[in-house]
Amino acid sequence: MFDLEKDFLYDLSKEVKTGTTVMAVTFENGVIIAADSRTSSGSYAVNRVTDKLTPVQDQIYCLRSGSAADTQIISSYVSYYTNMFSIEEGSQPTVKKAAHMFREFLYQNKQYLHAAIICAGWDPIEGGSVYSLPLGGSIVKQPFATGGSGSTYLYGYCDMNFKENMTEEEAEKFVTYGITEAIARDGGSGGIVRKAIIDKNGVRRKTVYGNKLKKFWEK
Amino acid sequence: MSGIGTGYDLYPTTFSPDGRIFQVEYAHKAVENSSTAIGLCCKDGVVFGVEKIILSKMLVEGTNRRVFSVGEHIGIATAGLTADGRRIVQNARQEAKNYENFTSDIIPIHVLTERLSIYVQVFTLYNYIRPFGCSLMIGSYDEEKGPSLYCIEPDSVALGFYGCAIGKGKQEAKTEISKLKLSEMTCKDAVKEIAKILIKTVHDETKEKEMELEMSWVCKETKGKHKLVPKKLIEEAVEWVKGQENEED
Repeated sequence: MFDLEKDFLYDLSKEVKTGTTVMAVTFENGVIIAADSRTSSGSYAVNRVTDKLTPVQDQIYCLRSGSAADTQIISSYVSYYTNMFSIEEGSQPTVKKAAHMFREFLYQNKQYLHAAIICAGWDPIEGGSVYSLPLGGSIVKQPFATGGSGSTYLYGYCDMNFKENMTEEEAEKFVTYGITEAIARDGGSGGIVRKAIIDKNGVRRKTVYGNKLKKFWEK
Repeated sequence: MSGIGTGYDLYPTTFSPDGRIFQVEYAHKAVENSSTAIGLCCKDGVVFGVEKIILSKMLVEGTNRRVFSVGEHIGIATAGLTADGRRIVQNARQEAKNYENFTSDIIPIHVLTERLSIYVQVFTLYNYIRPFGCSLMIGSYDEEKGPSLYCIEPDSVALGFYGCAIGKGKQEAKTEISKLKLSEMTCKDAVKEIAKILIKTVHDETKEKEMELEMSWVCKETKGKHKLVPKKLIEEAVEWVKGQENEED
C-alpha cells in the first residue's frame, strides 16, 4: 500500500543528488564537455533541466556529480581562489591549477564530502585538458573522462569509439551519443543533453532537447 | 644622531611633522652598517655575491650564510641583521610551499616578492614589534620569462632591478654596476665582475679584516635551480681580479 508519509515524503526528504551522467573529451582544438539535466531527490526529479556545466573561470569548467550541495560549494571556492591567484599573477589560470585546487578541497575534506568532479578546459599552455577527480580526492589527467551513475553504461562505448585528436564534429557526436545512451539506460540520468565546446576562442554552449535525441536500439 | 627625530622616533606608530617614520629610517641604517651584497640580472640568469667579513680565524668557511634558497628556483641574498633576514626567508619558504601544495605550480617570483613585501610592511605598523633591520634581494630564472631580480627594503618597498647593491658599499657598487652591459653578460662573466667589485671597489683592506666571497646563481646552466657558485669558479674569479690589479699597476 502506498503510504503518503512513509514512502513519498521520506523519498522527498532524501538528500538532493545529481544521479548523473557527465563526459569530457579532448579534441584537436580544445575540449568538449557534456551532461544530462536530471537532479533527483530519491525518485523525484527536483530539477529536470539542471545545468551541470559549471564555469570556474572563463575557459575552465567543471562537471559535478554526487551531492549537489557539496559540489556547488567547492566549485564556488575554486572559482574564488583561481580568481584571486590570477589577479596576483597577472595571467590566466591553467586547468592544471584549478584541478589541483579541486583536489586539495576534495582530499582534505573527504570525510565530510560526497563529491566527484571532472575539471576540463582550455589554457594557452597545455591546450585542452581533462582532469578526473573521483570520490576519494585523487587526481588523474586523462584524454577523456566520464562520471556519475550513468557513466557505468558508457565504459564499453567510450573504449570502442574514442580517438585522439578528433575533429570538433566527431567529438561532438561522441559526447552527444554517449549522454543519450546513458539517459536511456540510467534511471538517475534524464532530460536534455547540455554541451559546451571550449577552445582558444572561448566557450560555445549547445543543447539537444529530448525529442531530438537519437534513438538507439529501442523497440 | 641624537636630536634628529627627538620625540617622534620612539615608535613606528608616530609620524614626524614632516611625514617621516623615523623607526623605519633607522632600520635602513642597520642595513647600511652591514657588509655589501650585490645582485646582477644577466642575459641567462641572476647572480648574487656577498662580501663576508671574516671576524675570526676560528670560524668555519662557508658558515654564517647570507644567501638562501626558497623552493628550488628562487634565491634570496640578505644585508643587515642576518637573523631578521633568516626570519623573512623562513616566511618565504612557507609561502612557497603552501602555494605549491595548493596549486601544484611553483610560486612565481613576483607573487613571492609581493607577499614578502606585505609581510615586511606589517612590522612597520605596531609599537610592540620592530621593523626588520634587513634588505633582501630576490632572484629567479625562468625559461620563458627570463631572469628577474627584486629588492625589498625595511620599509617594504619592492622594486625590480637589472642590477642592485645593498649594505655599506652600495653607492660605490651601484656606480660600478651601472658601467656594466648587463643584457650582454653571461652569468659566468657576472661572477668575475661581482668578485671584482666586491674585492677591489667595496672592500677596504686597510680598515677591515679579510673577506670571504659567498656567491650563488640561478641560471640557464643550473636549469633554473638556485645553487651556490662552484668553489672553483669563485677561485678563478679571485685570480682574475688579482690579475687585473697587476695589469693596472
